[in-house]
Amino acid sequence: MPEARMEAFMARIQRGEKVEAHDWMPEDYRLLLLRLIHMHAVSEIMGAYPEKEWVPKAPTLRRKMSLMAKVQDEIGHGQLLLRVAEDLAAPLGRNRIELMDDVITGRIKFHNVFHMEAPTWADAGIIGWLVDGAAIITQTALLDCSYAPYARVLKRICAEESFHMQHGESIILSLAEGESWQREMLQDALNRWWEAIMFFFGPPIVTDAARRMMEYRIRSRTNEELRQKFLTRYVPRIRSIGLEIPDSAIRFDEDAGLWRYTEPDWERWSRVVRDNTGPKSQERVALRRMAHQDQAWVREALVRARTAAAI
Amino acid sequence: MAREGDMQALDPIIGELALQLGDEELFLGHRDSEWLGLAPEVEEDVAFASMAQDEVRHAAFWYELAEASGFGQADALAFDRAATERRHAALCARPNGDWAHTVLRHYVYDAWDAVRLAALAESGGALWAQGARRMLREEHYHHLHMEKWVVDLGRAGGEAAARLRAAFEALLPDLPDLAAFAVDPKALVDLGILSRPLAELRRAFVARMAPTLTKAGLPVQDVEAILLAHPREGARPVAHHEDAAALLATMNGVRSLGAAVW
Repeated sequence: MPEARMEAFMARIQRGEKVEAHDWMPEDYRLLLLRLIHMHAVSEIMGAYPEKEWVPKAPTLRRKMSLMAKVQDEIGHGQLLLRVAEDLAAPLGRNRIELMDDVITGRIKFHNVFHMEAPTWADAGIIGWLVDGAAIITQTALLDCSYAPYARVLKRICAEESFHMQHGESIILSLAEGESWQREMLQDALNRWWEAIMFFFGPPIVTDAARRMMEYRIRSRTNEELRQKFLTRYVPRIRSIGLEIPDSAIRFDEDAGLWRYTEPDWERWSRVVRDNTGPKSQERVALRRMAHQDQAWVREALVRARTAAAI
Repeated sequence: MAREGDMQALDPIIGELALQLGDEELFLGHRDSEWLGLAPEVEEDVAFASMAQDEVRHAAFWYELAEASGFGQADALAFDRAATERRHAALCARPNGDWAHTVLRHYVYDAWDAVRLAALAESGGALWAQGARRMLREEHYHHLHMEKWVVDLGRAGGEAAARLRAAFEALLPDLPDLAAFAVDPKALVDLGILSRPLAELRRAFVARMAPTLTKAGLPVQDVEAILLAHPREGARPVAHHEDAAALLATMNGVRSLGAAVW
């Protein structure tokens, strides 16, 4: 009785039980999770590129080591998440190579923030401080996810992201306390990233997919709740270091208990993500192609070496 | 013949050696870091990034040692010295080639570094010996990792073996200067900082690589021949500085904006 199985599954989830990779799950649940985790994995990997550009230019030995460690963590998160996605994709007949090919063919999207330019050292700081800060908020909201393998991986990811946030904050504080031209560089970077970060949390409307994910207890908070949490946490911090938030409408509405802000251009940013038309989208997809397709010979060599060793 | 560590710290030859080791580790670590996000597999990306961090951390150790010898502040030594003042072996600053070139360069560097560190670990300088012993533990894993890559690419045959062979040919002329010192190694032995003479280190270098190169189908006798042809008994010639200049121009992309705290 498929309906009885579905009811039993939903009852399990409602009781707060966790689903493991080999448990039975509805197709809809599998597909929603796979899309979420696949995009998360790919975003971690694509998220390495804007910061990677700054590793060779990091201005001190300590900054160089810490930025390198951070980029390594992001790729590592991508790897952990790909493993989770691979297990979900296996019954659908899809493997790791195909999951990575999807980035190059544009079948899978990655977060809007990673389509952006990072033209100065201050951008590397803002990414660590605010983009990772935003990511911590969206990811900790998933820690209680009904799918146990994802929740386990997220626990480690969130712990590492909090180091990233501190790494970003340390870069930011040096710039904020530095020369006037360093502060200007920092304010310019904030101006460049603000709207993208507001968009990062997604539109305030609860889409059908978001509603289903809440029913399945994959996620429990709305986009708007998460954006509000980010504003509550970061608006005072940004102001406390003497930076100005590039939105004249930003204010806390005491009566409603909500932050008011200028809405990002939902349409424009959605196009960037959907069609890979951001200022750096194509360049970064090309880097991924270089890593993945141009080095297919290396992966093939490993398979041949294994065969040769077995003979 | 070992003297006390603090006396060695005052000797300019020893400071020069610290700068050499710092420059080599920094340049190679910098080249490694250019692979971030571009390695053939995400797993390798993570592994290679670890090694890049190790190299830069080792560089920081050597520069701090030079700083302790009164050569200047470690970051300034790492970033602000001109290409013409660098003491590295040319191999460390070469621009990245393909993956075969990358792993083979790393392999030969790690093999030499392991031999050199083992000699420094027996050094009369307490700080030197301590640092070298710690690095040896990390280099052990680098060596295992790179050895596997070299052997796998060689054994795979076809395109991979051809690329590995091309990388070998390209790297060979840089080996005599790699297996040498920016200061006269005899002076380092006299000062007690280096526990063994260069000729012995070179023999250990070849012996260490021989089984791996052979398994990978690469001619170890070519390495022996080129080392013999260029003994580099005194201080090796200064590396031509075009590669280092290009690398430093990138590395100073932020720092060159102005005097500031970063």
